[in-house]
Amino acid sequence: MKIIVAGCGKVGKTIVEQLSAEGHEIAIIDHNLDVLNDMANMYDVMGVAGNAASLSVQKEAGVETADLLIAVTDSDEINMLCCLVAKKAGNCKTIARVRNPIYHSEIGFIKEELGLSMAINPEQAAAREISRILRSPNAINIESFARGRIELTEFIIPEGNMLDGMSVIDVKKKVQSDLLICAVERGNDVFIPNGSFKLKSNDIVNFVASPQDGRNFFKAIGLESQKIENVMIIGGGTISYYLTRILRMLGMKVKVIEKNKERCEKMAELDATVICGDATNQELLIEEGVKNVDAFVSLTGFDEANIFFSLTARELNGNAKLVTKSNHVSLVSMIGKLNLGTMIYPKYMTAESIIRYVRAMQNGMGSNVETLYKIIKNKVEALEIIIKEDAPVKDTKIVDLPIKDGILIAAISRRNEIIYPNGQTEFKVGDRVVVITKESGITDIKDILDI
Amino acid sequence: MNYTAIRRTLGTILKFEAIFMLLPCVTALIYGEIEGAWYLLVAAGSFLVGQLMSMKSIDTHFFSKEGFIMVGLSWIVMSLVGALPFTLCGDIPNYIDAFFETVSGFTTTGASILVDVEALSHTSLIWRSFTHWVGGMGVFVLILSVLPNSGGYKMHLMRAESPGPTVGKLVPRLKDTARILYMLYIALTVMQAILLIIAKMPLFDALCTAFGTAGTGGFGIKGDSFAGYSVPIQVITAVFMILFGVNFNAYFFLTSKDNKKLAFKIEEVRVYFGIIVVAVIVITLNILKVCSGFGDALNKAFFQVGSIITTTGFATDDFNLWPELSKTILVVLMFCGACAGSTGGGIKVSRIMIMLKTARAEIQKYIHPRSVNRIKMDGKPVEDETKRGVSVYLLAYAAIFIASLLVISIDNFDFTTNFTAVAATINNIGPGLGVVGPAGNYASFSWLSKLVLIVDMLAGRLELYPILVLFSPSVWRRKG
Repeated sequence: MKIIVAGCGKVGKTIVEQLSAEGHEIAIIDHNLDVLNDMANMYDVMGVAGNAASLSVQKEAGVETADLLIAVTDSDEINMLCCLVAKKAGNCKTIARVRNPIYHSEIGFIKEELGLSMAINPEQAAAREISRILRSPNAINIESFARGRIELTEFIIPEGNMLDGMSVIDVKKKVQSDLLICAVERGNDVFIPNGSFKLKSNDIVNFVASPQDGRNFFKAIGLESQKIENVMIIGGGTISYYLTRILRMLGMKVKVIEKNKERCEKMAELDATVICGDATNQELLIEEGVKNVDAFVSLTGFDEANIFFSLTARELNGNAKLVTKSNHVSLVSMIGKLNLGTMIYPKYMTAESIIRYVRAMQNGMGSNVETLYKIIKNKVEALEIIIKEDAPVKDTKIVDLPIKDGILIAAISRRNEIIYPNGQTEFKVGDRVVVITKESGITDIKDILDI
Repeated sequence: MNYTAIRRTLGTILKFEAIFMLLPCVTALIYGEIEGAWYLLVAAGSFLVGQLMSMKSIDTHFFSKEGFIMVGLSWIVMSLVGALPFTLCGDIPNYIDAFFETVSGFTTTGASILVDVEALSHTSLIWRSFTHWVGGMGVFVLILSVLPNSGGYKMHLMRAESPGPTVGKLVPRLKDTARILYMLYIALTVMQAILLIIAKMPLFDALCTAFGTAGTGGFGIKGDSFAGYSVPIQVITAVFMILFGVNFNAYFFLTSKDNKKLAFKIEEVRVYFGIIVVAVIVITLNILKVCSGFGDALNKAFFQVGSIITTTGFATDDFNLWPELSKTILVVLMFCGACAGSTGGGIKVSRIMIMLKTARAEIQKYIHPRSVNRIKMDGKPVEDETKRGVSVYLLAYAAIFIASLLVISIDNFDFTTNFTAVAATINNIGPGLGVVGPAGNYASFSWLSKLVLIVDMLAGRLELYPILVLFSPSVWRRKG
């Protein structure tokens, strides 16, 4: 597809990196020439310098023949104008990042009138993600497939848990719940385990299961999920605002600590306890009851501060569920070692959902990938692929297929049934297949075959 | 430094060169020449070695440093291998001479060490001309256009090989850009060959001429270059030389649906044609005395100006014998060169324009000390980065020029010969004045001078930096 990406910040860069690897024809627009040159050197893209909302600039980037324009500059207004111009000049689909809550509350109207195909709000998306994690605290991360019928859950095996030393094949027998362990991260290594793989404590395990099976599994291994009722949030930015709203609706008690007086007042509009103070002060944290909260969320604008807050909270309250926000995906491999609970990368999530949209769009143009998630520091992809009428694998048993190494068929959603496939399972037309792979760029079920 | 990536690239280059060498092999079959066997042998060997070198390597990730080194090394390796058959089959017995000839071919210079061109076998002649064609658009551009897309960092290769102060893409994908460039290149070459055949040129001559013109090379296959051909052939060749000196972006615009007008608006192309017109008029008037009438003078002037400004180096007349004014104009044109993004060499019209505009802005600054000036090309402001690049380029260019001049003056030829020999090689033209004039050749230089001129030709074709990077010690240090 021909795609124009306007704005080359972190989000733009992540999108371009992924989409160019998938072989799309990409033009990028940014007003900063250095950034453009960097990008053009790193990826196979064409750079156009200038204001992304200007027609002549867009024309230079080839808007007339483009299929999609993604506006992710740092200004909402430019993004929206950019999409409007593109829509009128080229009749392409448009995606805009709109983050200001004021616009976002009117997003339905804006989308309609500007003809936006998608309006993405990174802060709101991040807030939703965090709220989902807080609802099921055992998991570090949950992604859903097949319209929520299958979930990919990531969790850490605690010290002394029954899973320590158990091989994957035994898990199924002893725990007696249906699920498939599909990826394990140990230190810097990622494994796609086979049956004899032995789990250890502190492994980060990803498994695929239906939501019900997942809950049963946690119960069976003795990780009874206690419900989160008290949440402490550090930082009162936009994500906090959205998160507080969602959490209040879920009936949780929220305490926000924010340094800035004005922000505090903004947060106080919501039904939450707002403390105006410096969270680096441990006394303050203790005074506000950090030792008793069920969850602790660090959402300030500084990665370093967030890491520090989470470390402090872990020190003071070992039982609390930790959520830490970071803006730099490049920190992933270092932060992972610190055990900061769930890491949230809003920029990355934005890019992810845009890429998911692009893939879905391409779906109409030949690709059959419905959803895609990147898990374990982006080293592993989990995809949902639909088996179409012309798929070469239909009505064939898995044992009889020449499936590439390092590809795992984790689950199949067939009508209302979840199948955890074995060698005798056959693919049927209409199946939604969840595939786990270390490879990138799979766009069709036939890409998993070694032919 | 990623040595495996460099090794692999060199392997690919060798494989491609093996494929190129099939053309002389076929020619040898047609003419029943025994020389073809050597070409086949070298092709086979080079393919084998290339295959071994491009064996799977794990780390294919490389950066700008490796990109420059790949390009620089590849061109040297390509010439070293390309020179082998010349020596093996006995057409050019001395290997340094053969190397000089091949570098001169690939860099589209057209400077020859051959005393008698017509003594060469057809096989060697077509290989000699074909190296021009390969070198003209660049071998990496070709490789990029046919090999599968493997992600980023390839832009370094394209940039290192394509001429001009700024290198952009025509379309978002590098592969498509490279493919479009080659399509245009092939189309123009074929067009010229057909026209030449219509003008009653023998097929073999037409092919060699088309190759030589397309790459703006200038290897002739006759001892008197173009003087022996009919006027229509001369005119066709002159026109095509000038066309190949035009920025290929212009052709891309011409082939696109609604941007046709843009092609005529490129400032550089306009100035380029302007220079040609003025030079032709002045030279025509100046050489009237030594020619047999106005028509003859116009034809000769047109051909020679086209040949020199595009850095091709064909000749219809021994301009060594022309009046001083004409000779001086030709020498100036040598430095000026063709458009950026064409197959021609030289400093490039756009660089000269940027330089002159910068100078004018600077003078403005003296008159109105507080004035703020931004110089523009095609209506767009020129980035400071580009301006700086142009100045540094010219400085480096001058430095290399002077150094080369000093070394080759050891051979004790007259100043005109030395000066124009360096000018003609660093600007990829071919013939200069004096001993190296169109009727002469480079055979009488010592091996040291030949090596220096070889470096000049490579530096000129690759626009200095790949060669300078190759010779800078800091690149090869293990740490850093």
